[in-house]
Amino acid sequence: MAIWFARSRNIVSSLRQNLGLSKILFKRDYSHRPVFKNSQLSSTVFLGPVKSLRHESTAVEKQPDLVQLSDEEDAQLELDFPGGKVGYTSEMKFIPESSSRRIPCYRVLDEDGRIIPDSDFIPVSEKLAVRMYEQMATLQVMDHIFYEAQRQGRISFYLTSVGEEAINIASAAALSSDDVVLPQYREPGVLLWRGFTLEEFANQCFGNKADYGKGRQMPIHYGSNRHNYFTVSSPIATQLPQAAGVGYSLKMEKKNACAVTFIGDGGTSEGDFHAGLNFAAVMEAPVVFICRNNGWAISTHISEQFRSDGIVVKGQAYGIRSIRVDGNDALAVYSAVRSAREMAVTEQRPVLIEAMTYRVGHHSTSDDSTKYRAADEIQYWKMSRNPVNRFRKWVEDNGWWSEEDESKLRSNTRKQLLQAIQAAEKWEKQPLIELFNDVYDVKPKNLEEQELGLKGLVEKRPQDYPPGFHV
Amino acid sequence: MSAIIHGAGAATALSTFNPVDSKKLAAPCRTNLPARSKRYIVAGSDASKSFGSGLRASHSQKLIANAVATKTDTSATTGTGHELLLFEALQEGLEEEMDRDPHVCVMGEDVGHYGGSYKVTKGLADKFGDLRVLDTPICENAFTGMGIGAAMTGLRPVIEGMNMGFLLLAFNQISNNCGMLHYTSGGQFTIPVVIRGPGGVGRQLGAEHSQRLESYFQSIPGIQMVACSTPYNAKGLMKAAIRSENPVILFEHVLLYNLKEKIPDEEYICNLEEAEMVRPGEHITILTYSRMRYHVMQAAKTLVNKGYDPEVIDIRSLKPFDLYTIGNSVKKTHRVLIVEECMRTGGIGASLTAAINENFHDYLDAPVMCLSSQDVPTPYAGTLEEWTVVQPAQIVTAVEQLCQ
Repeated sequence: MAIWFARSRNIVSSLRQNLGLSKILFKRDYSHRPVFKNSQLSSTVFLGPVKSLRHESTAVEKQPDLVQLSDEEDAQLELDFPGGKVGYTSEMKFIPESSSRRIPCYRVLDEDGRIIPDSDFIPVSEKLAVRMYEQMATLQVMDHIFYEAQRQGRISFYLTSVGEEAINIASAAALSSDDVVLPQYREPGVLLWRGFTLEEFANQCFGNKADYGKGRQMPIHYGSNRHNYFTVSSPIATQLPQAAGVGYSLKMEKKNACAVTFIGDGGTSEGDFHAGLNFAAVMEAPVVFICRNNGWAISTHISEQFRSDGIVVKGQAYGIRSIRVDGNDALAVYSAVRSAREMAVTEQRPVLIEAMTYRVGHHSTSDDSTKYRAADEIQYWKMSRNPVNRFRKWVEDNGWWSEEDESKLRSNTRKQLLQAIQAAEKWEKQPLIELFNDVYDVKPKNLEEQELGLKGLVEKRPQDYPPGFHV
Repeated sequence: MSAIIHGAGAATALSTFNPVDSKKLAAPCRTNLPARSKRYIVAGSDASKSFGSGLRASHSQKLIANAVATKTDTSATTGTGHELLLFEALQEGLEEEMDRDPHVCVMGEDVGHYGGSYKVTKGLADKFGDLRVLDTPICENAFTGMGIGAAMTGLRPVIEGMNMGFLLLAFNQISNNCGMLHYTSGGQFTIPVVIRGPGGVGRQLGAEHSQRLESYFQSIPGIQMVACSTPYNAKGLMKAAIRSENPVILFEHVLLYNLKEKIPDEEYICNLEEAEMVRPGEHITILTYSRMRYHVMQAAKTLVNKGYDPEVIDIRSLKPFDLYTIGNSVKKTHRVLIVEECMRTGGIGASLTAAINENFHDYLDAPVMCLSSQDVPTPYAGTLEEWTVVQPAQIVTAVEQLCQ
């Protein structure tokens, strides 16, 4: 954190020299926001309760503006406009389309799983770390087995989160169970963390009678009100304004909880991204927006998706505090999401987190990504930049995990999954009446008629329908 | 023109009501109404008593009087009730529901301190605060999505579109999420939102502000649509919509906001799925809703003078159609004329024609005729605009043609 500030001051001074911005006066007024006490934190010192975690806020407070206040300027040279006072200049200067240096990304663990010296992070206990690692490995196994099941034709569709396990699990670990999660579709790990069983995942994928969604959605469109995880809806980014609404609802009811919503890099091009962030900011709603910037939106690379420096720079455009984090570093993601959550709830404001990562798998089982990207690029990220291996190294170095724990976990999970799939496959499917239920709270007359009509049809000619199909 | 039909309920309070001043008070069968200590009239669905002229005793859902038609009667006969304009009736309904249930909130553009562009939310922000009556930035998709998210977490938002046409921008949220999420989540999440706003052809508002969204929304499964036309049913439908667990779209009309009527002081709600019998008759059934009701009633005056006896029904519920009321009427008169403001292609009239033909084909003596607006963007020029919508003269001609 400290290193970043030193560097960012240099950016500004170099900017001032290069672009002659010294005469521009930008006063940013944070005074209406609660000011937090200055507290320097290091990894060993911080042991107190989460409420004292304020270093994110103070770090933000101290962040120098894009353009420095120049001492030579007379503070009286200001104009009144709706929206407040703004200084003026007679020098015509355009703000550059990008800064000379990209916003750096926050990371704690290096590629070898060692903590970078002098890192700011929230320490993680052995119990929590082991659980996080186990869940990341479970997610990996689950993705692998379900993907294979789809390839064997046992389920119709699947979507993996390979390469994004750290974002999935570490973010879930940093939230409370009261926080409402509005996923995009590549976050089953959050549900896994919250207690959704492998059997429940399998049931949804097979759309059988035990599926909570009652067989009405494609595989991977999980949803569970018990776990505060909104049902996945296929259209991209529709969950972002809804998250603002959830934040609004929590704010109205003064709950100690926030809304957390996920979006990919591609989804930030949708109008709903602008809408959701703007609304959450104006409403001062407690929402944490987590953008999984994994480089690809099906076959569209991020260079074709936007021209900005990723998504983190867009936060300021909405008046939203933002951070860029190494999404493959479980500890960094955990710390960032935990801090963001506290800020969102205690300060009643939205926060934007851009988690940099890579989509190792195909977009879904309907995609073959080798058609638009190099196979060795995929291999590189899969082997050398694997978030699960990286976290495993750290956990093992601490003596909390061993090779036999690993093989036991993987083989047990695999066995459990295969059994779950077998059971889910055999479980009977929903009866016909579920086709017409839940469209409304009470079935209206026209649907009753349609149901009767369809029932009559099936009963009259049962041989036309597959065996096991029942009304 | 005795459009007075009185449905009887079991409550004792009925005795204080003059039979002539008959406002229908329905117990909607699908919502839970708490027992209230104050006078609250409920027309039970199995009431055996009935009085008043022309009541069909077999009709299990009670029919109501048309306030506008009997304005002179009602104001002369009873001391109870108060007079107000339609937008005030909407506001009264909204305010009563917000008082009753702290989960009800309002969101939309300029609904807060400005009071709404048609003043439906006037005074509410002062009373309930500006978080509960929320002024939103301009993004219909966003605040509709926001309402949906809030509803899934337990609130009951009333989302106002400044003009129904702007809700086209919210189509994605309404179709893909609002209508669907109850179903796709397996019933785990309910979305009790009310989406309301003024629509229809106004006075020279231009094409973009004269949209009839009911024709675009009618296919979306999972939503209910109702259209109000009088202060009485505006308040009743507003309250019923808020209490419904399903997403409801309440269509108001730009030109009807200043209609005046006397409505009861007691609390009442209108059934969302029910049509309103405006004027019973024998010769022909005229089905209409919203503003066209008034064109039809104007034409009805001419028709009565010419010796016809039209039965006018305000269908009110656009999705689903109240085929019970409509069917009974068709079985009686055997002739149907639909008068609507939607465009000819793909409007409510088109669906209604299909539904009537499918269900009541044997009872028809003549093909179902549907008078709709022209399939053109609504022009600005007053004379042109007038002729894009159905005028009373056309209705008279159509009835004469059908009744030959």
